[in-house]
Amino acid sequence: MENKSITHQQIVILSGKGGTGKTTLAAALSVLFRKRVIADTDVDAADLHILLKPQLAESYPYLSGKKALIDAGHCTECGLCQEYCRFEAIQNYQVDPLACEGCGFCVQVCPENAIDLQETVSGHYHSGWIDGGILVDAVLQPGEGNSGKLVSQVKKQAVELAKSTAAEWLIVDGPPGIGCPVNASVTGADLVVIVTEPTISGLHDLERLVELLQRFHLSAGLVINKADLNQTICSQIKSYAENNQIAILGQIPFDETVVNALLEEKIITDFLDSPASREIKQIFKNISSLMAMRSENEVVREQAD
Amino acid sequence: MNIVIASGKGGTGKTTVATNLVLSLKETVYLDCDVEEPDGHLFLNPVIEQTKIAVRLLPDINYRKCNFCGKCVEICQFHALAILPPKVLLFEEMCHSCGACAYSCPEGAIREREQPIGNIRTGYVLPEGRGFVEGRLNIGEIMASLLIRQVKAFIQPQKVNILDAPPGTACSMVETVRDADFCLLVTEPTPFGLHDLKLAVKVLRILKRPFAVVENKAMDQNNLISSYCQAEGISLLLRIPFHRKLAEAYSRGEPAVRVFPHLKQEFLLLFNRIRHQLETEKVFSEDSIISVELSGITRENIREMNTIFPESRRS
Repeated sequence: MENKSITHQQIVILSGKGGTGKTTLAAALSVLFRKRVIADTDVDAADLHILLKPQLAESYPYLSGKKALIDAGHCTECGLCQEYCRFEAIQNYQVDPLACEGCGFCVQVCPENAIDLQETVSGHYHSGWIDGGILVDAVLQPGEGNSGKLVSQVKKQAVELAKSTAAEWLIVDGPPGIGCPVNASVTGADLVVIVTEPTISGLHDLERLVELLQRFHLSAGLVINKADLNQTICSQIKSYAENNQIAILGQIPFDETVVNALLEEKIITDFLDSPASREIKQIFKNISSLMAMRSENEVVREQAD
Repeated sequence: MNIVIASGKGGTGKTTVATNLVLSLKETVYLDCDVEEPDGHLFLNPVIEQTKIAVRLLPDINYRKCNFCGKCVEICQFHALAILPPKVLLFEEMCHSCGACAYSCPEGAIREREQPIGNIRTGYVLPEGRGFVEGRLNIGEIMASLLIRQVKAFIQPQKVNILDAPPGTACSMVETVRDADFCLLVTEPTPFGLHDLKLAVKVLRILKRPFAVVENKAMDQNNLISSYCQAEGISLLLRIPFHRKLAEAYSRGEPAVRVFPHLKQEFLLLFNRIRHQLETEKVFSEDSIISVELSGITRENIREMNTIFPESRRS
């Protein structure tokens, strides 16, 4: 989908476990990196706009696919559609649009031709201006499925905007988990930044995410948030990272300023002296030098070829 | 009865509320429906009795019968099939396992084969009387909703079933909550917590499921959540304050009721409020929030406990 001629570097922020601090870090990085486009691909709980406060530029409807609709006038209530639907989406001869996957099996089995598939709008995605850059994000209508497809559309839009504005960076604030929205989020990533926390569930979820990223042959760096919460697990995480060739980009201490900044809907980098803010600046530098080192290596490799 | 513990935003405390409820009640079943990242087992340390492989169905072409007519390609709404004689190509990651192609093939050339997508572990949690069910999606697999449906088949209607939902408001959350008797939405008092709570509330209103809110990591003088709940006429049943000791216990995988045993009473009260709300369909007002005091159970909570569970006074 994305060709080699693009000049921007793509950084995707993920966590496996939710609530570890992806959006807090993404908002801070989107201030620290210049010449950048930001994309929020946590489409069913998109929060980055709360901190970045974009000025809406353009909005597009998201066509998620089709959904079945039963014409009550032609339905004889034979019940065949209910019997064949594997998504339990038909009850009392009516389609539950939140359960319907739009497969059209019911259309095939209906002897009365009383069922049709109809295109549905399941949300919107937008681009908006933020200070010196662009944010692309989306609103999935609550309860809608197929969010992986919306993630792909958000990313496609962000990549196009990054190209047309000659951006140097594309920063993606990803969704939690390891399922289809995550798979769609990491497409084309140059670096995945994993945000974890030193808890037993943070470590467990990190391991599952890393296994997924290894399948995609993606390189990853690690940020440990609230690093001082549990020393033992923090060192377990660090040795896990070492054993899996994951660079540790930084360790953010537990810092009340982070919560207070969020309550004021401000970005942590506004609070210059806070320990978290200082560490995030270091993380920014570490990411920059890691990426610079890599592109140098690539140049060397190309020259060798 | 089945109670789903959900949240729009991740990391607000779903698993904390779900596991502590299970440990506070008798005759419960814990079902981990967060199949991408199932973490409940870390807190409940279940004894696993059985591991079952969860599967999905994929079309399998019988080339002795297939004449490449293209009907299956035409039927498939997900563009998962393509004809390139002498082959019919299947793009597994596009297939939704709906079965329409197998049904529609005029030559009867498509059969469905099973493909593993994850596993379901079942067992029990000590102290006795607590069932454990966990869905775990294979890494790289995307059919989360299908696995959640299979986990829900283990619901025991005569018991209290506590379902730990995945975060968000998309299909896998909907699959977990769509036929719930009651849903608890766990949130935290930040703009992110509130924003995502509003999305989750929209889903529950569309699905017409009764629900209430639990505020976790609550802070003094922060009424972001309570004022929203009041304005919307939503029950706010429980407030769990932010406490470093709770966060540390969580980090070790230690349930809150083990660190602060009196919290069991408060989770019992929470369950009782849920039953009451279901019976009366009345929303609890703000002055009846169960406020967790980590220094000890509050006097009001003791009074309420004694009236609801008089037997507990004797024991």
